[in-house]
Amino acid sequence: MSHSSERRGQGGGNNRAKSELSLTINGKPETVRVFPMERLLDVLRQELGLTGTKEGCGEGECGSCSVLMDGKLVNSCLIPALQAAGANLTTIEGVAEGPQLSALQAAFLECGGAQCGICTPGMILSASHLLNKKPEPTLGDIREVLAGNLCRCTGYMQIFEAVAEAARRKSSV
Amino acid sequence: MTEEGIIGKSVPRKEGRDKVTGVARYIDDMTMPGMLYGATVRSQIPRGIIKKISFDPHFDWAELVTVTAQDIPGKNCIALIGDDQPCLADGKVNHPEEPILLLAHADPHLLRKAVDAVSIEYEPLPAIFTIEDSERRSQIIWGDDNTLKTFLISKGDVDGVWAKAAYIVEGEYTTGAQEQLYIENNGAIAVFDREEGITVWGSLQCPYYVHKALMALCNLPAEKIRVVQAETGGAFGGKEDYPSIIAGHAALLAMKSGQPVKIVYDRLEDMTATTKRHPSRTRHRTAVSKDGKILGGEIDFTIDGGAYATLSSVVLSRGTIHAGGPYYWPNVRIRGKAVATNAPPHGAFRGFGAPQSLFAMERHMDHIAQVVGLSPVEIRRRNFLKPGQTTTTDQTIREEIDLGKLLDRALELSEYTAKIARFAQQNKVGPIKKGMGIAAFLHGAGFTGSGERYLASVVAVEGCADGGVRVLVSSTEFGQGTNTVLCQIAAEALGLPYHDVRIAQPDTNQVPNSGPTVASRTAMVVGSLVRSAALGIKQILIASGLLGSSYPPQEFRAACRAHIAAHGELRSFARYEAPEGVFWDDQKYRGEAYASFAWAIYVAEVAVDLSTYSATVEDFVALQEVGRVLHPVLAKGQIAGGVAQGIGFALYEKVVWQNGRMQNGQMTNYIMPTSADLPPIRVFFEEMGNVHGAYGAKGIGELPMDGPAPAIVNAIEDALGTRFDSVPLMPEDIFEAVSANGDR
Repeated sequence: MSHSSERRGQGGGNNRAKSELSLTINGKPETVRVFPMERLLDVLRQELGLTGTKEGCGEGECGSCSVLMDGKLVNSCLIPALQAAGANLTTIEGVAEGPQLSALQAAFLECGGAQCGICTPGMILSASHLLNKKPEPTLGDIREVLAGNLCRCTGYMQIFEAVAEAARRKSSV
Repeated sequence: MTEEGIIGKSVPRKEGRDKVTGVARYIDDMTMPGMLYGATVRSQIPRGIIKKISFDPHFDWAELVTVTAQDIPGKNCIALIGDDQPCLADGKVNHPEEPILLLAHADPHLLRKAVDAVSIEYEPLPAIFTIEDSERRSQIIWGDDNTLKTFLISKGDVDGVWAKAAYIVEGEYTTGAQEQLYIENNGAIAVFDREEGITVWGSLQCPYYVHKALMALCNLPAEKIRVVQAETGGAFGGKEDYPSIIAGHAALLAMKSGQPVKIVYDRLEDMTATTKRHPSRTRHRTAVSKDGKILGGEIDFTIDGGAYATLSSVVLSRGTIHAGGPYYWPNVRIRGKAVATNAPPHGAFRGFGAPQSLFAMERHMDHIAQVVGLSPVEIRRRNFLKPGQTTTTDQTIREEIDLGKLLDRALELSEYTAKIARFAQQNKVGPIKKGMGIAAFLHGAGFTGSGERYLASVVAVEGCADGGVRVLVSSTEFGQGTNTVLCQIAAEALGLPYHDVRIAQPDTNQVPNSGPTVASRTAMVVGSLVRSAALGIKQILIASGLLGSSYPPQEFRAACRAHIAAHGELRSFARYEAPEGVFWDDQKYRGEAYASFAWAIYVAEVAVDLSTYSATVEDFVALQEVGRVLHPVLAKGQIAGGVAQGIGFALYEKVVWQNGRMQNGQMTNYIMPTSADLPPIRVFFEEMGNVHGAYGAKGIGELPMDGPAPAIVNAIEDALGTRFDSVPLMPEDIFEAVSANGDR
């Protein structure tokens, strides 16, 4: 009984030709050559060097690889590269406003929303997706939207505080 | 100097900015020129003789680097406490995830196919999978009798108590395996150079454990092994011993190929092959007086260690010492035993044996209460340890701890009394049954007994050319706040602003061995040493006439720069010295087991829905005495995170075993709590003036893992009137028990 074939980075397949993929990442147009079924996660991390997007499970469960694709929150480990053709992507590298942390990043830092930090990029993208849609979320909204992002360190309480705090700050600006 | 400085303030986490911006570099974010990927071919059976290893002839093996046990330059073992675990199986296998062969290739896709193209023929041997199987000794799989380790704690005259008892209360309690489930999988990169030796970067807790293991495995002297901790995405004990295996594997492949080799596990491999919390079985037999006082008792605590001894002896030690809980036992006999089974070795996981034995103790207290006819509150109150009394190891409690007061506050915060009464009424109708449960417990900080003396940890603090200060320790950051708290301590000691102090990346070429980052020892033990070393810098500067005894930060910076300009390196070291008069007998397991204990009362409010049989924690109060709280935000985060893991341990996280292999090694079928599952976790601290360590801190990291499971199961019994003595407690278990109990 072998489970190795289910492991890591499936769907790459190097026996097919690479194709050209053009997309916009964090406002910058990029063109890369990729295998059509390569995971968007690998394109970001390996082809483009955007290692802020993390892999936790490789099967869409943990949310560490969350990115925004055309305004929608997706698990980049489940997106075949070519599905992202022409898309507009936001990764953690594009969240800060220049040298200035975004309201969410600052609140995560202050409220203890980041401990080991491995879920943090995905968590911040999910939270920013929520605040884009609903600038004044309830605790229930926050709990619901973050249920797709697993955190093993915090017990989530300080993450909830961070999102609520960021919402407060943004609405008071 | 800024005396009311930084301790007790929630300063920003040192590496926090890098974490929230995605800049922090974890092992899988690193790459090297010419780097190969490594993979592990593992056993497919729990026990047997390897007859033949075949390589599919259709595959081009010339392209791959292959390593077997025969390629190991040194000793084929993972050096830890004993050396019984092979690095690569040689002729026989003892568990179904045992590494046999290593492969490396530049293309990870091709590498996966290569793993599948290796087939291994075995002569299977009968295997054993449970504590009971191991005790029966129908198969001897380890040593002479399958026993990895035993301990005996003996106090007073246990045999004399039974005749005096008004009640004798017995119980058996079990806990399951639990996966640490850090979100970053294990991984390492190794580079070999003939002159420099081996360098390993890895996701790990204990650089010097890996260093020691690599010296033995690679047959290289200390100076030719360098271990560097990369940013580490959670650990919880799961990266205490296993990284030595991964680092060893990567090092062997790097030595054979001459190229850098990266091994990063995927989730399935990480969950199935690496360590978990030891499954346990605890038996209590307790003599109790008419008014509910414990007269004495026997506790048998047994853990399943898996196929090799690894850390089982120390996990057993902590579990055995904590088995009596925060209660006074005039007479007690505690037998601890770790046994071998044909499962991957179990290892360190936050709490380290204590969550297992304390689950039993705290369930048992509720049973004693029922037998005696007292409330769970009153039975605990009557038996709490008091200052001046002795623990099961005869350690005198010198701390001014008042557990009764702690209990009162926890009851108030949780509205315990009112809710108990209200739920008793409400539970009469409808499918939702609610209950309240308490757990009282303690957790010893630092290594057990003479452990800290043997470790003899060393830290350094150095003055830098820019006038700042750098802390040099092998203590690692993996989310708990090591970097932040140790910098706070150095800043406080020197009267400097927090941002003037930084901390070196743990690199065995750069930092002294401050011991492993385990056992809730970092803030208390290493923190004290950082304070001493920091004060050493100040003394050097004062002695050299560059600094007055009182100074503003800018004068310190100037003195630092001047000293370095004149004399070069400015470093101060501090080494652990055991306090005088501390008595510990390693043979009899008697004496001062820990320098200090943290104390806690947790209260869970649980609802069980009898239409789905699922139990949900609706409110959780975690009140603890941990000495001085150095950083409130980090401390709260430690407690809430530990409680969440404890809730998972109690209600969600079930490892499904078949023939020694985990069957549900994915996040989709091994369920940890999500943000939608958890109650408000309300964290409170009570400072009772029990100061230890630097600026009064005691250990905190493991404590919150001990209390949730018994508090929750006690609450479920309160809700349903049905007794449950095992975790994880799944809806199907509740269904079965409630059905057997008749309709309620």
